[in-house]
Amino acid sequence: MIEFRGVTKRFPDGTVAVDELDLTVTDGGITVFVGPSGCGKTTSLRMINRMIEPSGGTIEIDGTDVMSGDAAHLRRGIGYVIQQAGLFPHRTILDNIATVPMLLGWSRAKARSRAGELMEIVGLAPEMAKRYPSQLSGGQQQRVGVARALAADPPILLMDEPFSAVDPVVRESLQDELLRLQAELSKTIVFVTHDIDEAVKLGDKVAVFRTGGVLAQYDEPGHLLARPADDFVDGFVGRDRGYRGLGFLSADGLPLGALETVRLGSPAPSGDWTLVVDDADRPQGWLAGRDRTDGAPVTAEHLVPGGSLYDVTSGSLRSALDAALSSPSGRGVAVDADGRVVGSIGADDVLAALATARAAA
Amino acid sequence: MNWSWIPRNLDRVAELTVQHLWLALLPVLLGLIVALPLAWLATRARVIRTVLITVTGLLYTVPSLALIVMLPLVLGIGILNPLNVVVALTIYTVALLVRSIADALDAVPQAVVAAATAMGYTPLRRFVAVELPLAVPVTVAGLRVAAVSNMSLVTVGAIVGLGGLGALFTDGFQRDIPAEILTGIVLVLVLALLVDVALLAIGRAVTPWTRAGAGARA
Ligand SMILES: Nc1ncnc2c1ncn2[C@@H]1O[C@H](COP(=O)(O)OP(=O)(O)O)[C@@H](O)[C@H]1O
Ligand SMILES: [Mg+2]
Repeated sequence: MIEFRGVTKRFPDGTVAVDELDLTVTDGGITVFVGPSGCGKTTSLRMINRMIEPSGGTIEIDGTDVMSGDAAHLRRGIGYVIQQAGLFPHRTILDNIATVPMLLGWSRAKARSRAGELMEIVGLAPEMAKRYPSQLSGGQQQRVGVARALAADPPILLMDEPFSAVDPVVRESLQDELLRLQAELSKTIVFVTHDIDEAVKLGDKVAVFRTGGVLAQYDEPGHLLARPADDFVDGFVGRDRGYRGLGFLSADGLPLGALETVRLGSPAPSGDWTLVVDDADRPQGWLAGRDRTDGAPVTAEHLVPGGSLYDVTSGSLRSALDAALSSPSGRGVAVDADGRVVGSIGADDVLAALATARAAA
Repeated sequence: MNWSWIPRNLDRVAELTVQHLWLALLPVLLGLIVALPLAWLATRARVIRTVLITVTGLLYTVPSLALIVMLPLVLGIGILNPLNVVVALTIYTVALLVRSIADALDAVPQAVVAAATAMGYTPLRRFVAVELPLAVPVTVAGLRVAAVSNMSLVTVGAIVGLGGLGALFTDGFQRDIPAEILTGIVLVLVLALLVDVALLAIGRAVTPWTRAGAGARA
């Protein structure tokens, strides 16, 4: 557990970067610090491992004031992933990852074999081991950064905008991978970003900072979207928050409607819209009423592309509503974990479920 | 021109060559040892940096002959003591290296330094393990300039009788032996070239990362 108690940071030039911060980071989850540029996120993060020392208040890790011991020793026990990766250009990937174990006095052989394990965990091909950072793409460098931070298995991981310098597609896959890793490792992660979408995607809890280093709201992402504390948070959370908030409401118990389907290659039935499936009942597209084949077999040429799919095993109200809204027939397609069609969903049903969830809250 | 001077004086030429190498290269090593901590100091505070760069810059402008004549007075040694040349050339080497090493240390990316700190390096260990290696390419470039210019500066010492291959010039002029003068000139050039190539090779051997081709960046 990391506890900020009345923490203030005033720089020598008089800038107050963090003002009277009170906040508790619980163990085993991802806590995101989010806010506009210059609002004190990096400063707050760096006070945890003493790269910046507070001018007032205390920060405790599991009840021990971070200022009480040796700074270098403290830092070896806290993983840190820096913006722009910050890899050592003169060391191979393997030796970059082995940095902290070596600092802790492990033998070179043991540190390198641990580094090799880490490469596998973060999804780096073994042939990268002997390369230098300049030979890797931005996304690969960030993976190395994460592996390096995890090498000595620290309980706490600090991440400062680790994915902000890579393109959106790579960023998305790095985010997914972080969530997958976290599900396995259960570290206490403090993650800094200026991107609210990244914050609500990754955070178990999100701390929204406003300029001047003041904490505006500290809440679960669903609550942040549903009930912003004030106009600043409302504005920062951005457009479509009502719709995005649906992503945090479970679609459990949403009633599924029946859905008429036809196999590819079978004669088309009559009717307005019919869903076409393959031999494994996976959706292939829709057959419009006007395109009826009058008894001839349905082929791929007849199909209108379908919308997004709603997975009943893991879906949220957002994915259910999107399935309904994006379907050409107006009925969203619900599938099971194997992608087999299990029924349909209408936008009305989602809105009704939302009303029920609101009444229950 | 009478070439027979060369085979008759091979022993002396070899002796002067060895002496020349010592007088030129020992100061390069000493200069590096002195310049490293000074460059580190220069990166600590703006004021220190300004003072160091100004003072070393001024030292570099002192004419070499003047330095070699003045140093014995300052050091309290005889003018024919080889230490005289060694100290003078060490001063030039330091003057040359401090600035370039300090610039190279400043050019180490902030993110790399911050990452090293965050990993738990103490400042001294970080300097040795991260900042210094990254300053090696620039340092080697400085060492090459220093080594080559020392090769020719050593000959100035011969004017006051301090030995090295420059003695072949002074002796050759006094006794009018063109082959002796030419031998001196050619040997100084060849030695300078060999030392330069050697330093270049050492520099490349210890900085494999600088030749790793950049891959796709996404
Ligand atoms: N070393 C420093 N000296 C003076 N002001 C600083 C220093 N570091 C950061 N600041 C200021 O403190 C504020 C917060 O900075 P920072 O924590 O880096 O913000 P963020 O990470 O949220 O973008 C900014 O106004 C910044 O200019
Ligand atoms: Mg920042």
